[in-house]
Amino acid sequence: MDRTLLDFWVGLFVTLGIAALFALALKVSNSEGFSRGSTYTVVASFNNIGALKVRAPVKSAGVVVGRVSAIHFDNKTFEALVSMQLDSRYTFPKDTSASILTSGLLGEQYLALDPGGDSHNLVNGDTIKITQSAVVLENLISQFLYNKASDSGNQNNGGGAAKAGVKP
Amino acid sequence: MPISSYDDRIPPSSRPLFNTVSVDNLIDIRNVTFAYRNHAVLQDISLSVPRGRVIAIMGGSGCGKTTLLRLIGGQLRPTQGEVSVNEQIVHQLNNHDLYQLRRKMGLLFQFGALFTDLNVFDNVAFQMREHTDLSPEMIHDLVLMKLNAVGLRGAQHLMPNELSGGMARRAALARAIALDPLLMMYDEPFTGLDPISMGVIGKLIRRLNDALGLTSILVTHDIEESLKIVDYVYFISEGRVEAQGTPDEIRVSKQAFVHQFVHAEEDGPVPFHYPAPDYASDLGLKA
Amino acid sequence: MKPNNLFSRIGRLSLNSITRLGTATRFLLQVLMRSGTSWRRFQLIIREIYSSGVLSLIIIVASGLFVGMVLGLQGYQTLQTYGSAQSLGVLVALSLVRELGPVVAALLFASRAGSAITAEVGLMKTTEQLQAMEMMAVDPIARIVAPRFWGGVISMPLLAAIFSMTGIYGGYLIGVRLLGVDDGTFWSQMQSAVSFREDILNGVIKSTVFGFAVTAIALFEGYDAVPTAEGISRATTRTVVTSSLAILALDFILTAFMFRGA
Repeated sequence: MDRTLLDFWVGLFVTLGIAALFALALKVSNSEGFSRGSTYTVVASFNNIGALKVRAPVKSAGVVVGRVSAIHFDNKTFEALVSMQLDSRYTFPKDTSASILTSGLLGEQYLALDPGGDSHNLVNGDTIKITQSAVVLENLISQFLYNKASDSGNQNNGGGAAKAGVKP
Repeated sequence: MPISSYDDRIPPSSRPLFNTVSVDNLIDIRNVTFAYRNHAVLQDISLSVPRGRVIAIMGGSGCGKTTLLRLIGGQLRPTQGEVSVNEQIVHQLNNHDLYQLRRKMGLLFQFGALFTDLNVFDNVAFQMREHTDLSPEMIHDLVLMKLNAVGLRGAQHLMPNELSGGMARRAALARAIALDPLLMMYDEPFTGLDPISMGVIGKLIRRLNDALGLTSILVTHDIEESLKIVDYVYFISEGRVEAQGTPDEIRVSKQAFVHQFVHAEEDGPVPFHYPAPDYASDLGLKA
Repeated sequence: MKPNNLFSRIGRLSLNSITRLGTATRFLLQVLMRSGTSWRRFQLIIREIYSSGVLSLIIIVASGLFVGMVLGLQGYQTLQTYGSAQSLGVLVALSLVRELGPVVAALLFASRAGSAITAEVGLMKTTEQLQAMEMMAVDPIARIVAPRFWGGVISMPLLAAIFSMTGIYGGYLIGVRLLGVDDGTFWSQMQSAVSFREDILNGVIKSTVFGFAVTAIALFEGYDAVPTAEGISRATTRTVVTSSLAILALDFILTAFMFRGA
């Protein structure tokens, strides 16, 4: 085969391949791994983090403002220590509260920041004081059932329990 | 500049330079033994090839002729003894020096071994492009000269699979002489060719040898064709030099082995049967 | 007599395979050490990128498109049951970029380009072209083997990227154009779930490793082939079988390394 034609085809092939890689990078994926701007780290401790994972998004008002960078277990307080990297473009007051929420009913868990009213802002290394743990579905359900049972017990004076087939 | 000097070398007037001045040997094979998996292919063999001559090494199939070429080309190492080419002991050379030595050798393989992905022109140009910095124009001219010498200038654009057996062999010959080697080796150059192609190749071997001042070794079992063109013949059998002499001496030789070979007799010193146990006991007729 | 025979056969077989692995490793090291020539004369590699990359393009694009379309159909059916058909983009993109792209592209590459390399090199050996080259003072490993090796290693990740991209496009055709998943959701869900570093770069690394393995196996089988017609056919078969197994095994190892923590 003619050398220029060969070069043309190979050039076309390499261009296609690199174009495909670019398309994957730009159209298919988020390149936050690349555009890692300056960040600052803050820590928050929780009684229970549920299924929160490293790299889970940190959102405020629904906007992603950072990522969870590390999760440790504090052996003194027996609480979970969650470090998060927040984008330096966003600042939050000192008395901001953090809570672990679930996107949708069965979706992934993320960290939500709720800004307070302090005039000073969180800086690198600060700790968020006010936290709310993850809601564990099993606890919620058992609590709900327990409440339901005691409700019906109060209403029917034990008759409800008999109806439900529970022997006194 | 190389073009004109090449042209000057075409007439056979340059031939006596090699034949008369130098009486030394280009190749000396001294007491070489070569064993392959405990099977001795060559046993204590010694022979020499004077510069400028065409030598034939003959023998039946599987007598170690091709092994001899491999030893000269340094593709195999002798188990004992040494092969010297152009005053260099082949198996003692390091890789670099061996490759330098091989540039002075051309080997025509049994079926040509042309590069099937290159056309005839590129096949001949291959070594020039690999080993020299010649300009494309220069390579073009040189290749056409080599192809002209073997009569294939018109076939330069054909692919190897479009060539007949004889043409493929001639194209391979053009490729082998591309860098004007000192030594040409031919591995069974006549095998599988029609009588006309055979004659053409034979004459070409002789003519190129004389015109380019080469030294040539033919490994062959085609006695008729080679006796016409060579200066000297070695007969090899079972890894030893069984007989030697000029073509005229060979034709009239009374030696049993040579006689059998020259006259193509079925049985003789070269037995019809592969070594086997006694026939009767093999069939279970004897206890 | 019989069990003894069996054991000795197993023993011989494993000894042979270990020896063969050693030969192959030595061969690969030689190829790597003698790659200088082909990088200096890049035209040699370009020629091989043509024969292993460009010539595999059609099969890669066609299979990529079909695999993506099947993913779109199947994924839609399954996701629809859970009412999350809008995640179709995520499903298609992640399966392609992480697994199917590198693996299927490499399997196709092994059967298209790998077998061709083995047959070509094996035939060169059978017709004494490699020996002829050696006698012309040209190292066949540097001149024939190394350019093919690097051509394959360069082609493979590009082919895998093209495979993934056409696959995602195929999923898009089915999901968005045919089944009516929202265009914007398809891409934005995909973008938020697929990470460039974690998923795409890892996919590229995978396919490079596969390219390395497939080309090395193909070249070794060709170079080591018994120089007969039967020998070449066996070597070609072995190339496809061995490299397919190698791809799947390597894929498991690499996946375990890459995606364990996430």
